[in-house]
Amino acid sequence: MGKKMNSYAEDFPILKQKVNDEQLVYLDNAATAQKPRAVIEAITDYYYHDNANVHRGVHTLAERATKDFEDVRSKVAHFINAPSKDEVIYTKGTTEGLNWVAASYGQTHVKAGDEIVISYMEHHSNLVPWQQLAHRTGAKLKYISLQPDGQLDMSSVRQEITDKTAIVALAHASNVLGVVNPLAEISRIAHEHGAIMVADGAQSTPHMKIDVQELGVDFFAFSGHKLMAPTGIGILWGKSELLDEMPPLEFGGEMIDWVQLQETTFKKAPWKFEGGTQNIAGVVGLGAAIDYLEKIGMDNVQKQERAVVQAVLPELQQIEGLTIYGPQDAQKRTGVISFNLDNLHPHDVATALDMEGVAIRAGHHCAQPLMEYLNVPATARASFYLYNTIEDGQRLVEAIKATKEFFKNGTI
Amino acid sequence: MALSKLENLYRQMILEHATHPHHHGSLKKADQDIELRNPTCGDVLTLQVELKDGKVADIAFSGSGCTISQASASMMTDEVVGKTPEQIGKMVVAFSEMVTGNESDDVDELLGDAAILAGVAQFPARIKCATLAWKAIYQAVKADDKKSTVGFLRHDE
Ligand SMILES: Cc1ncc(COP(=O)(O)O)c(C=O)c1O
Repeated sequence: MGKKMNSYAEDFPILKQKVNDEQLVYLDNAATAQKPRAVIEAITDYYYHDNANVHRGVHTLAERATKDFEDVRSKVAHFINAPSKDEVIYTKGTTEGLNWVAASYGQTHVKAGDEIVISYMEHHSNLVPWQQLAHRTGAKLKYISLQPDGQLDMSSVRQEITDKTAIVALAHASNVLGVVNPLAEISRIAHEHGAIMVADGAQSTPHMKIDVQELGVDFFAFSGHKLMAPTGIGILWGKSELLDEMPPLEFGGEMIDWVQLQETTFKKAPWKFEGGTQNIAGVVGLGAAIDYLEKIGMDNVQKQERAVVQAVLPELQQIEGLTIYGPQDAQKRTGVISFNLDNLHPHDVATALDMEGVAIRAGHHCAQPLMEYLNVPATARASFYLYNTIEDGQRLVEAIKATKEFFKNGTI
Repeated sequence: MALSKLENLYRQMILEHATHPHHHGSLKKADQDIELRNPTCGDVLTLQVELKDGKVADIAFSGSGCTISQASASMMTDEVVGKTPEQIGKMVVAFSEMVTGNESDDVDELLGDAAILAGVAQFPARIKCATLAWKAIYQAVKADDKKSTVGFLRHDE
């Protein structure tokens, strides 16, 4: 398998470069993914041949751009198995999608005394919007606790979700701990209590087959840039019966049906949420990224990453002084591996790895409450994607060992 | 390249300061008490300063951070004791210029041991780690009331 796996890297021009005189190994995929040639070319092609504003013109280019724009909506619906393309809303990313649910659905449905339930592993994008909604409405924000290995504690799930709960919002996959949360089961529990279930799919959608119906969620948000599409485009999917009753948040062109001096009627979902000129090239790029991934097959994408993690994790576990957060069993995790080395600060580790050409992230990963929960100021994080090989994993292992050696005489 | 270039950043003296920081802890009597955060990485630095006769009489810092930020804080505290706010202002400017690659001829004189942090200029991602403590002392000595101040470094600084 080892050799064959390299073939995907060939599709990503950016990977063919040296950083600090070493062949680049890009392991910061949880922050953003690299783009295959097919995506870069689709965007260029769009600007070379098809660029026009959508839904606004009768001329040929406008027709073409509009068709591209709406075709991708259908493609996304198919990609996440949404029942209808009219439930697929373009956003600029996960953050915007989650904020919209909080501001529109949340603001009109949550009242004082209600509960909003999230977990300690949430990214700030799936935490601050709910915290602020709680402040505005007088609702109570509650946190589901984690097991020692970083998985959600299901007894805490059952305890925190009650008949007072209006919204449960959880990451599908963690950007720090590498765990996948059992959303189907939690959706069932949320619904039994009359709550809706919101999923942050930023870290799952790029790496596994998503079926929003099987997950049983009511809203699902993700970002294009983490799945090989450009930055500035994302998706919010929601059940049509919920979207229909939600007020739009941005008023202006495109989203209106009829404007009079004192009154305006709005289009239906999804268009009522898409005020103003959209990121059309981003949509085209997203379509190309989905085509690229679907040609490989999401199950194969997942298999590929799992094979790398299975090879690398045991080697990392053998490095003395390396603490790996999250499950220690490769079967139970995604390609996100957070760690700390001895008592070195992760920034120092990341700088050292960069000198070896290995790009990882260090910091709080937009999850400060989780850092506090883990009782660390920050962690280092390596995150793998389709184009990473077992060899890349070995480069990581070697670079960590070299870093350990470099700082052997002890700092901090 | 591997790790050889790292030695430009992690000089022995820097590692020593980070491992055994000077003026680490807190003061019983502080005229200024300031907390600075680096929002991109979550590092926190608390700085306390005692002033006497228009000069820094004593200083202490605490908080969490990487080798570079801890070493820089330790070196800064060594250098500012006995200095006036005006002198410190000049030092902070010289330090900030130095770590962004504009080293002036008199850095050794102005900054003493802290001049060894000039190597940070080759590691742009780490400049903010080095400057945190210097921004803190700058705010501490130029603040004229006794209230504690919370400052945030901006993303683009
Ligand atoms: C779990 C999780 N949620 C939300 C986000 C926010 O995504 P974006 O910055 O693309 O809106 C991220 C990405 O950083 C993430 O990892």
